Amino acid sequence: MEIKGEYRIEAPREKVFAALNDQDILKACIPGCESLEKLSDTEMTAKVRLRIGPVSAAFGGKVTLSDIDPPNGYKISGEGQGGVAGFAKGGAVVRLTEDGGVTILAYDVDAQVGGKIAQVGARLITGTAKKLADQFFGKFAEKVGAPPPTPVEAA
Amino acid sequence: MTAATGIGARALRTEDKRFLTGTGRYVDDLPLARATYAYFLRSPHAHAKIKSIDTAAAKAMPGVVEIFTGKDTADAKVGGLICGWVVKDKHGQPHKAPPHPVMALDTVRYVGDTVAMVVANSVGAARDAAEAIEVDYEVLPANVDLARAFDKGVPEVHPEAPGNLIYDWEIGVKADADAAFAKAAHVTKLDIVNNRLIPNAMEPRAAAADYDKGTGNYTLWSTSQNPHVLRLILSAFVLGIPEHKLRVIAPDVGGGFGSKIFCYNEETMVTWAASRVGRPIKWTAERSESFLTDAHGRDHVTHAELALDKDGKFLALKVDTIANMGAYLSTFSTAVPTYLYATLLAGQYTTPVIYANVRAAVTHTAPVDAYRGAGRPEATFVIESIVSKAAAEMKIDPAELRRRNFIPAEAFPYQTPVALQYDSGNYPPIIDEAIAIADYKGFEARRAEAKARGKLRGIGFSSYIEACGLGPSRVIGQLGGGVGQWESAQIKFNPTGNVQVLTGAHSHGQSHETTFAQIVSDKLGVPIETVEVVHGDTATTPFGMGSYGSRSLAVGGSAIMKAADKIIAKGKKIAAHLMEADVADVVFEQGTFKVAGTDKAVPLGATVFAAYVPHNYPLEELEPGMDENAFYDPSNFVYPSGTQICEVEIDPETGVTEIVSFTAVDDFGNIVNPMIVEGQVHGGIVQGVGQALHEAAVYDKQTGQLVSGSYMDYRMPRAEDVPSFKLANKVTPCPHNPLGVKGCGEAGAIAAPAAVMNAVRDALGPVGVQHIEMPATPMSVWQAINGGK
Repeated sequence: MEIKGEYRIEAPREKVFAALNDQDILKACIPGCESLEKLSDTEMTAKVRLRIGPVSAAFGGKVTLSDIDPPNGYKISGEGQGGVAGFAKGGAVVRLTEDGGVTILAYDVDAQVGGKIAQVGARLITGTAKKLADQFFGKFAEKVGAPPPTPVEAA
Repeated sequence: MTAATGIGARALRTEDKRFLTGTGRYVDDLPLARATYAYFLRSPHAHAKIKSIDTAAAKAMPGVVEIFTGKDTADAKVGGLICGWVVKDKHGQPHKAPPHPVMALDTVRYVGDTVAMVVANSVGAARDAAEAIEVDYEVLPANVDLARAFDKGVPEVHPEAPGNLIYDWEIGVKADADAAFAKAAHVTKLDIVNNRLIPNAMEPRAAAADYDKGTGNYTLWSTSQNPHVLRLILSAFVLGIPEHKLRVIAPDVGGGFGSKIFCYNEETMVTWAASRVGRPIKWTAERSESFLTDAHGRDHVTHAELALDKDGKFLALKVDTIANMGAYLSTFSTAVPTYLYATLLAGQYTTPVIYANVRAAVTHTAPVDAYRGAGRPEATFVIESIVSKAAAEMKIDPAELRRRNFIPAEAFPYQTPVALQYDSGNYPPIIDEAIAIADYKGFEARRAEAKARGKLRGIGFSSYIEACGLGPSRVIGQLGGGVGQWESAQIKFNPTGNVQVLTGAHSHGQSHETTFAQIVSDKLGVPIETVEVVHGDTATTPFGMGSYGSRSLAVGGSAIMKAADKIIAKGKKIAAHLMEADVADVVFEQGTFKVAGTDKAVPLGATVFAAYVPHNYPLEELEPGMDENAFYDPSNFVYPSGTQICEVEIDPETGVTEIVSFTAVDDFGNIVNPMIVEGQVHGGIVQGVGQALHEAAVYDKQTGQLVSGSYMDYRMPRAEDVPSFKLANKVTPCPHNPLGVKGCGEAGAIAAPAAVMNAVRDALGPVGVQHIEMPATPMSVWQAINGGK
């Protein structure tokens, strides 16, 4: 499943890119994030509680930043084990472009789930992932830009 | 006995009193003091290496008693699960038999494969602890697409099965078939998929085990269709517990449809672990686990070709099938697409030459095994689909094409080209009656009327044959089966005259307690209220093979008849003594021994009492007691047959298919209880309708995730999906069993998918739809009508 979206953030690109690498901001923006610990500049461990359809699970796993290309973007990927609920993994390619002092953040998410989450929630996953992506980037744009952002278009 | 309860009577079901009042006793209901509860951690990956399993945190959690992994079972030398049927490939080599450990050792091979067993003081504590087990998987690519399972580069499921091939098997001579095809006036070709199904018994699988340290005896309560066979497998192959130290009890069981025939790892683990934790262990599958781990059914990809002469006579049939075994070979999996499938490809027809090639594949999916009909629905679907397609292509009426090719009544016993010898049957009157009931003549008018309303109406035939009543042991042995297929019975009178009938068969919805009691009541002239049918406990019933393959009445009922004959023979001797008459002059009529030509009479009950209180009794010649055993091994399978006619109406705007009429005329031989038979036919047809229109087990082809793993995505048929069925029977008694009966449990499910799909194809043909697969859901029908949009 792939989800794309775009946000307009009222902030210069350098500031947005720095925020994308700020683990406190990431922690505040990742939906259901209970903890985020830094291992290195590009690796973190996270605990995230998520609900997909009827399945609620705490995922423990790793968050990795890669393809870092300041200030144009990077890839953020995560992989978590949810115990008996199964696993979830996915990533988002984030591209930043300038538009007259404003930054356009475009994301392209792909996600995969397995085990009980896939079994009972397969058809709910696209909707859930879309919602989670919107929550993350919405909150991110809100924290970084001012005034509150407007989604340009969500595909 | 009386007309209300004897053979042929619509006697109400004895077992309904408890089933309808909620007083049945199932495995999960069992109260066990000091019980612990098991929870199995399942693999979320279709294929992965297990790099490590860390249970330390989980073991420290509250309420946890013990946690076992594959390593523990390997260290304890627990045997693997077995496949009990050896199929030899076209070169005479036995099938590939990859190991099937009770828990994954270093590799998981399907989503749901068992990784660890947690035993705790409550189900909740066990589940919470399972959450804390850390498994480090190295995820590997999965082999999920059956049609491509043998392709180069597809990941292998087992090193023991190179190229994922379990066997490449054939029946018939290909050159003979090719020669017949060379003379054909017309050849009909068909590519067809038999969709994978999930059994969905109402009661999920469950197991409870207790170990008595003092005696060393184990007791396993299991939702088994065949407790004696389960005990045999666990004793002889898996756990090594001697048979006499293991008691297996299958109490009330809420449906099986085949899925509870097999020996599963959970019941094995529960039994094994009970002695290790020193407390009873209970386990009941969650519905999600049933979806993932009950042996699935069907799952074939087939190419078939039918050669016909210019008049529509069948000259030859060629069938090429790939059958999915899943990740491991379940108990009878190898036999289903061979001896229970390809041997049925003659159907009701005189097709002189048949060649079938079946290749069995392992894939990273749940094991596949027998499911209601087991092989025979797949065979019927192929034959009846290609026959209807040939009829449409040659512009011959589908009923007429069938009639031209039916085996004539005078040809029985009829030797088919695919090993079976049909014992009896008379097919033309069956289709004639079905046509009359379904008002086939009036169909075109109904189609035109539907068209005026914007609806597409279609009609479909399915004339099935099945071989059931498994089975003649000698034949089963020749075909590679690992067990005998006889059945046992014991008729045990109590001194006060009531009677217990002990059977090696098992009832999990088939109404044996009523049907078997009717037989005994009728044969021995005792009131049905005084007959108790006992089944499902290896400690109380004689060794028997259990219930599957529509065998209980034909084989188990025949054993009861034999035991009843022995009761009568003994009673005659006692009665002769009591009446001071010659045994040769004593006759038995309606529960009473009489001396022919006199008014001397002794009721059976008096001979029973004399046998237990032998004060006036021929002790020199006769043992006391009235308790007789019998074993019955049939000389052939039984061959029920019938024709179903389904009529559908499709709304082209929504793609919804409505079954507007469904007719089934069956030949089940003699019928003991018509009401129960109708119930079996109803249930079977609905299961067949489910396969045709609704049900599909779908795995994601990339990841191997089961995406139809709940009732949100796996649609079971409902009462509103079917009309009131129009049923009738024709009777040609089975010539080789004492009741003259055939089997009725699977017939509906065997015939219905082809009847429904032929009707759907007939409805969609006029709008240009060439092909549609099962299940014909509203979406796939709508897409077919709208050119795959």
